[in-house]
Amino acid sequence: MKKFKGRAWKFGDDISTDHIAPGRLFHLRTNLPELAKHVLEDADPDFAKKMSVGDIVVGGRNFGLGSSREHAPQIIKIAGVSAILAKSFARIFYRNSINLGLPVLICDTDKIDDGDELEIDMNAGEINDLTKEIKITFQPLPPAMLTILSDGGIINHFKKNKGFKLT
Amino acid sequence: MGKTIAEKILSAKSGQDAKAGDIVIVDVDVIALQDGTGPLAIDQFAVLGATEVAKPKQTYLFIEHAAPSPRRELSNAHLLMRAFARKTGVNLSDVNGGVIHQRLVESAVKPGDVVVGADSHTCMSGGLGAFATGMGSTDVAIAMAAGKTWMRVPETFKIEITGRFPAGVYPKDLMLSIIGKIGADGATYKALEFTGDTIENMPLTDRLTLSNMAVESGAKAGIIAADKITAEYLREQGRPDDYIPLTADNDAGYEKIIKIDVGKLEPVIAAPHTVDNTKSIAEAAGIEINQVYIGSCTNGRLADLKVAAGVLKGKKIASSVRLIITPASRSVYLAALNAGIIGDLVEAGAMITGPGCGACVGVHGGILGDGEACLATTNRNFQGRMGNPKGFIYLGSPATAAATALNGKITDPREYIDK
Ligand code: SF4
Repeated sequence: MKKFKGRAWKFGDDISTDHIAPGRLFHLRTNLPELAKHVLEDADPDFAKKMSVGDIVVGGRNFGLGSSREHAPQIIKIAGVSAILAKSFARIFYRNSINLGLPVLICDTDKIDDGDELEIDMNAGEINDLTKEIKITFQPLPPAMLTILSDGGIINHFKKNKGFKLT
Repeated sequence: MGKTIAEKILSAKSGQDAKAGDIVIVDVDVIALQDGTGPLAIDQFAVLGATEVAKPKQTYLFIEHAAPSPRRELSNAHLLMRAFARKTGVNLSDVNGGVIHQRLVESAVKPGDVVVGADSHTCMSGGLGAFATGMGSTDVAIAMAAGKTWMRVPETFKIEITGRFPAGVYPKDLMLSIIGKIGADGATYKALEFTGDTIENMPLTDRLTLSNMAVESGAKAGIIAADKITAEYLREQGRPDDYIPLTADNDAGYEKIIKIDVGKLEPVIAAPHTVDNTKSIAEAAGIEINQVYIGSCTNGRLADLKVAAGVLKGKKIASSVRLIITPASRSVYLAALNAGIIGDLVEAGAMITGPGCGACVGVHGGILGDGEACLATTNRNFQGRMGNPKGFIYLGSPATAAATALNGKITDPREYIDK
């Protein structure tokens, strides 16, 4: 997971879990691959069709606010998104994403435009906007979150350590 | 330095001297899931390799988001939950029991508890003096298996509320105005602690409206001290022994103190599509509304239905509007029935549905048409929330909702409230 590249898909502020996994598709929650075909549909109806595996979702402030539904980060991951960048994340969405091993990185996303080619260097804590030829640093993950992410998510962490090993 | 309520509870449940910023492993007292998040938690429980629930008596499954089921996929999800409950011995509140958070405060949560639920409004139980927070399905699956979870101890914002509510202005208006002020992410990761003389005199049902919506400011918890009003409520629920008093220390450290005098408040509306997009009633009045929805864990309790009935009794709703009322739980429904409130509402033109989440989450029970607007007493107005991204949701108090139903447009409830 050290370094990876992908196209940026830009979204605005306050993208809620209702935008990502709408309540009207509630019946698909027990069929995540099917629900993933609708990922972010209420923010961009064609997103699932347009994106490719490895692409990067770029939001503004308070990404993932609202419902605790873990299906939201689950289907972002299942669709093949490699990371989410935002100026800030809502609390439950942030923890859910890390739990699933999906990198959620806080940085100044104003400089990134839709369609930019990005390279994320997890170790250096940097995003390289290859289109603009600029580097953007992201906030280091809190130590507990970094541990969970490096273990490949909370389930792997818990199994590996036979409990939590975060303190 | 003394401790906030969050620090006190998390210290007691982790067995260490916990202060804001610490990472702690805590014993969990109440674990809750609903039919939207439960099936995934049950799957993750299996992925974890767990077979037994650590605290089955303290674990609760609720079938209420899509209840009764409007589709076979959901009926099958319900079957999965019932089978899991049978196999593991956890509690199951089936169709007709009511909304998860309402049921939890009625019969499970006590002051000082740590409550984790796979539902963001789990914070409502904080109104009973508990540390209650929403999590995802996987975190709750681990809590089911281990009886424990990990947490970072949050910093606390003290919200000091003083004064008396003017006639026609309610805790919902207060909470909307707080969220409008601090913003939908203004308290991200923090705990809110509501204090002040207004809170000390506030009935528990109204306290729950405040703690319920803490998450709409990004907060992890919304906590109110456990006092004689909490004791009285638990007595009414037949659980007098569950009461313990719990307050913050006088010298507790707060990250921020926000002071509000409710004596100056007016009715507030949250306009589409974010909860912090608040407007005064004067700004919102006159907006045409197609559906009025009274219900949810925020404002679907007996006191809320009573306020609505007070406005609607002896009158008729506008012919252009649908008024749908969903009691938050079966006991709320029954109490409203016995008090004659349901009759008054039905005569005014309301449709009453069975208890549950109803139209709040956009699965069934009142989905909006393209371009339609709804005034709801719920807690969220995000795009698509009520089942149609082309719908518009306004949030307000039960009184505002009832007055709006009479006119088919957003209406200041003070016109209908005796001063
Ligand atoms: S009533 Fe609405 S907000 Fe409350 S638990 Fe149900 S869906 Fe969630």
